[in-house]
Amino acid sequence: MTKFIDLTLNGISTGAIYAAVALALVLIWRATRILNFAQGAMLMVTTFIASGVINSTGSYPLGVGVALLSGFVLGAVVERVLIRRIESAPPLNAVIVTLGLYTLLVAIAGMIWGNSPRAFPAAFSLRGYNVGGTTLLFTPNDTFIVLVVLGVALLLALLFRATSLGLQMRAAAFAAEVARLLGVRVGRMFTVGWGLAAVVGALAGVLVAPSVFLGPNSFDAILISGFVAAVLGGLDSPPGAVVGGIVLGLALSYVAGYEGSALVPLAALVILIVVLMIRPTGLFSAARERRV
Amino acid sequence: MRRSALLRQSTLVRSLGLVVVCGLVLLVLSENITDYRNTQLAEGAYFFAVLAGLTLLAGLSGQISLGQGALMAVGAYTVALLVGNEQWSLVPALAAAVVVTLIVGIPVGAVASRLRGPYLAGATLAFAVGLPALADKFPSLFGGENGLTINPPTPPSWLGSSFSLERWEAWICCAGALIVLFALYNLIHSGVGRSMRAVRDDEIAASLCGLRVGRTRAVAFIISAGCAGLGGGLLAEVNQLAQPGAFPLQLSLFLLAGVVLGGLGSLAGAVWGAALLVFLPNWTNDLSGSFSLSGNVSHNLPLAIYGVALIGAMVVWPTGIQGGIRTLTALIRARLSARRRLRVGAAPEPSGPPSSVPPSADGSG
Repeated sequence: MTKFIDLTLNGISTGAIYAAVALALVLIWRATRILNFAQGAMLMVTTFIASGVINSTGSYPLGVGVALLSGFVLGAVVERVLIRRIESAPPLNAVIVTLGLYTLLVAIAGMIWGNSPRAFPAAFSLRGYNVGGTTLLFTPNDTFIVLVVLGVALLLALLFRATSLGLQMRAAAFAAEVARLLGVRVGRMFTVGWGLAAVVGALAGVLVAPSVFLGPNSFDAILISGFVAAVLGGLDSPPGAVVGGIVLGLALSYVAGYEGSALVPLAALVILIVVLMIRPTGLFSAARERRV
Repeated sequence: MRRSALLRQSTLVRSLGLVVVCGLVLLVLSENITDYRNTQLAEGAYFFAVLAGLTLLAGLSGQISLGQGALMAVGAYTVALLVGNEQWSLVPALAAAVVVTLIVGIPVGAVASRLRGPYLAGATLAFAVGLPALADKFPSLFGGENGLTINPPTPPSWLGSSFSLERWEAWICCAGALIVLFALYNLIHSGVGRSMRAVRDDEIAASLCGLRVGRTRAVAFIISAGCAGLGGGLLAEVNQLAQPGAFPLQLSLFLLAGVVLGGLGSLAGAVWGAALLVFLPNWTNDLSGSFSLSGNVSHNLPLAIYGVALIGAMVVWPTGIQGGIRTLTALIRARLSARRRLRVGAAPEPSGPPSSVPPSADGSG
């Protein structure tokens, strides 16, 4: 029973991170109908930047702040320089470009920071809570992770529903031509969407780095899990991404705990395929895509 | 006269001629190069087998797969298990590798046939990451991280005692590549290939014509899986090793890069792609050696070049090397015919030198 509780708590905290990555993917999908395979590499780069800042200044909040800022810049630059050029091309081209970006960023990170993983500090203690004499597998840092991710999800919901910027972004994604006619700067909205997504991704990178260590290829598995979580919730739906992330985190935690961690990537694959076969639009997709 | 024209029209005859010509060229080539170059030839041949399947899938059927590396692993492990543990001889083991990969490809292809663009890419990505984990899960069967080793093949005695192992491996791999060339050439120019192109270009029109869209997609995926299985089996044979580390996610990305850079949808493009995959790591090694770059930089240089090339190709030159060659030959041909017309004088061009003739706009460029 203790094991079950431990696995559940652990699943919630890893699920929160999957949810953050899934949110980043969903934001980009909503804005430009592109699945960003470079997301894992982008958040890897920003986490390396955070690591550099923390090492030289000793300030964790400053490091995270710089990571988020550089994330926004990176996302916006990628959209302006690369994605804008292939907007009207077939979807295969966008997939290949983001994969090329992934390859390039991994190579650059390896050139600058080396390929051997390094430690990354956590915001809070990594010692589990003590409840009635037994140490739980849930730490103050896990609480921090869950709260931060939930906070980000709420902020995004607020942005999209209650601000003019959010309304313009939704309009640009929903009907670009009409939005342009009504005076929305559609291109700028896409740039902001990519920037925001990269900020959320950068946050996920900083949160997960203490447990996976920091290396050029450390976040490949996280990207896959984020993708599965996003599909689980429906690529269109931010709340779906959060729920999908938590559900996937729990499922993978049970698999790892009871069947061994070697099966986790396979379990993610099986979940992905089952979801795609039964309900390809995801569990939370608001509206069915219209098939002409 | 008429019979020879008929023969030239037959795809089977043309493909046989192509295979014979390519085989002779490869034979002469492998006679005249060093053992090291023969190993590279073998590498290029098994990469060609995989890339040809992938170019059929991505170029002809319009599906993208990031799982070819994992499918190669299936073929490699099949060969390693059959040759190493069961003492099969090589040819039936390679055939078995193709069959096993085809069987693995059936459920994956069935899933793939229902998915579109990014969804399919993501699912096959998860497949590429998930499958090698099996080697860790069953270490007694698959040898865990260290993988399985097999004995090198021995060249038959009638080839003489001085016939090197490397050249024999090159022959085996080239034979595999030629079989793939023959099979896919006929497939592309058959009704199956036509229906794949129809499904790629307009799904609705294709299904209105009575084509079964899902099945066509699945067949493309399964065939490309078989090619990857053969390539993987040949790889295990050349390296005498099948281990999870040989099939990382990067391999799948490199394969995709090879197909895209070579030129999607053409078998000649697969040849260019295979050559790139073989020679690019060497070139970058030489490059970093001559500029005395640090270990970190030189180790990651090939990766960076693939990344830049993938992005650059898609943004600037989406048709790849083969597309470039096609445009160039069309240009030259247009100029030549213009010059001929000028010389004959039958169609005098009112003004301008022959260089003002526009390249033929056949839509491929």
